[in-house]
Amino acid sequence: MTNARQKTARLRIWRGTSRENGRYEEFDVEFEDGDSVLDGLVRIRLKAPDLAIRFSCFNANVCKECTIVIDGKVEYACIAKLRAGVIQLDPLPNRPLLRDLVTDTLSHKERF
Amino acid sequence: MDDTIHLETDVLVAGGGAAGMFAAIAAARGGAQVTLIDKNVVGRGGASIMAQMTCAAALGEAEPDDPQVHLADTLAAGRGLCNERLAALLCEGAPARIRELEGWKVNWARADDGSINQVKAPGHSRRRCVYVDFLSTGAAICAALRNKVSRDGDIRRLSNVSLTDVVTRDGEVIGAVGFDVATSLPVAVAASAVVLCLGGMTKMFARTTSPNNLAGEGLGIALHAGARVIDIEFLQFYPNGHLAPRMVGLDPTTWEPTRVKLGGRLLNGKGEEFLHNYGEAQDAGYSTARDALTYAIYKEVADGRGSPHGGVYLSFQHLDERVLTAALGPVIDIFRRNNIDLTRQPVEVFPIAHYQMGGIEVDGDMASCVGGLYAAGELVGGANGANRLSGNALPEAMVFGARAGETAARFAVRRGKPAWDNDAARPHLEPIHAAHGGNGAGGVSPLALMRELKELMWRNVGAFRSGDKLAQALDRIRAMRARDLPHACVGAGRIHNASLVEWFELRSGLRAAEALALAALHRRESRGAHQRDDFPETRGAYATNQRIWLAGGELRSSFEELRA
Repeated sequence: MTNARQKTARLRIWRGTSRENGRYEEFDVEFEDGDSVLDGLVRIRLKAPDLAIRFSCFNANVCKECTIVIDGKVEYACIAKLRAGVIQLDPLPNRPLLRDLVTDTLSHKERF
Repeated sequence: MDDTIHLETDVLVAGGGAAGMFAAIAAARGGAQVTLIDKNVVGRGGASIMAQMTCAAALGEAEPDDPQVHLADTLAAGRGLCNERLAALLCEGAPARIRELEGWKVNWARADDGSINQVKAPGHSRRRCVYVDFLSTGAAICAALRNKVSRDGDIRRLSNVSLTDVVTRDGEVIGAVGFDVATSLPVAVAASAVVLCLGGMTKMFARTTSPNNLAGEGLGIALHAGARVIDIEFLQFYPNGHLAPRMVGLDPTTWEPTRVKLGGRLLNGKGEEFLHNYGEAQDAGYSTARDALTYAIYKEVADGRGSPHGGVYLSFQHLDERVLTAALGPVIDIFRRNNIDLTRQPVEVFPIAHYQMGGIEVDGDMASCVGGLYAAGELVGGANGANRLSGNALPEAMVFGARAGETAARFAVRRGKPAWDNDAARPHLEPIHAAHGGNGAGGVSPLALMRELKELMWRNVGAFRSGDKLAQALDRIRAMRARDLPHACVGAGRIHNASLVEWFELRSGLRAAEALALAALHRRESRGAHQRDDFPETRGAYATNQRIWLAGGELRSSFEELRA
């Protein structure tokens, strides 16, 4: 790739396995125009591999597993774009929290 | 305390893509109780849902066609290595599966007269490929199958369960083990038959069209269980993979169907057409098979005629905006959101790892050489030989999946329930118990190892290979498996611990990567998707399949006449 990454986003990410005992952690991530929030999260995981996110298709926006709350709105991390400045990421509300940005979104019929 | 979750089933199907869902439906129809598991989500994980357009079947709706003509095209594309029996099964079985899906509410695109539209994809001699607009073929198929599976009382679905090993006793399957991703709890499934539909290993390449879950685990698991693998050196690079500018919300395979449908022009960095310099007729650009197209693009870039990001241009600028809008529908809005205006600019494309031609060696029943172990979909080798035709992956998944489900159910019903054997399962459960405790700080993370492996595979085991680079890769892969992986830091916490998933992906996936590098090193010729810079000619002595298996902890290989 020829272009240097010029811009920096600060992702303010909810961390923890319960809603009561969580905290926000901030990560700076460099990006190029066009990069997605999921691109940023994948880059952050290289340094913080215990950060829990979930996705399968990565680019195609078909698996819908990366649904999270971005600056207060429910969005797909794979198509929401990064921008310079602070972006707050939360797990989906109204779903049992598993860890960090991962919630239990499965039908009970697909679980034990 | 043993916290293992114990389950029992007649047929265990691992992998919830098109092959796995067809297998589950067919096994239930055959009278078996079925458990269908997926590491991600049944019907959403895997590669099938990402398929954008072409699905080949000799329906004869667009023009006269016959499965035997489809077979002839498939064999020609396979460069002499197809298992003709499996290829025939695929071609002859495809039309019935397309009709079946039609009955399950898949809306195949239709012409004004009501007939199903069929397009001529590269390498096909007929207009044969059906699709669902707009670029939604895989998503539509998976939605229909998901619906079908969820209404079948004989199929139990389990999402977020990762399979790690098949358990055998006296050379026959008695079940499988894995773990629950959400809790890290071990899972043991007693089963009369196991069908592996876990897809390929294309995630192991830095640039890939693969979803996040195709790490070659199916191959590793099958090799460990005693199954054999064939043709694994043949890995398809998708010629028109998206390269630049950054585009999200669409699969990087978008451009081939778009190009086929609309007639996009491939241009080198100087803006010149180039396919005719590689033996293609001026007007034959859209029928160029994938291996030939990949070769042409690589060579243009290698010879200094690449685009700014190191690919070639694909241009639709000669087309009227109305034509583009009519053909692309809502997809044009996705381009717009990515600041891509096809009337004003070309995009840059470059070959990208796409599909694994080789895989588990199976017979016409989709049975491996291990009693009770079946496989289907991208994970099996044989039907596609050295190069797969565009549009053959989906019918392969459907036809082979249904076949595997049917035969596995017959086997399971006849066999009855084998006794579960804790002694046989213990060595396979042990690594799960050991790994999920978290081994603290210090070691490299599985994700970092995976990253290194992806770069290594892309660089040394990619579309153009040489003996020294392959040998280097093989050494490093073996060292990663023997030295680095055991000390990799899995991290603490049992709730949705992604690094545990990644550790097990590497445990099986490194075996798959090793098999690929080894097979590529041994094939000292160029054929189809396997291109050696040091052996550029196709050699008659290698007009035969290569088989890989595990013996005494080491991979072995031999060239044998395996064609039926």
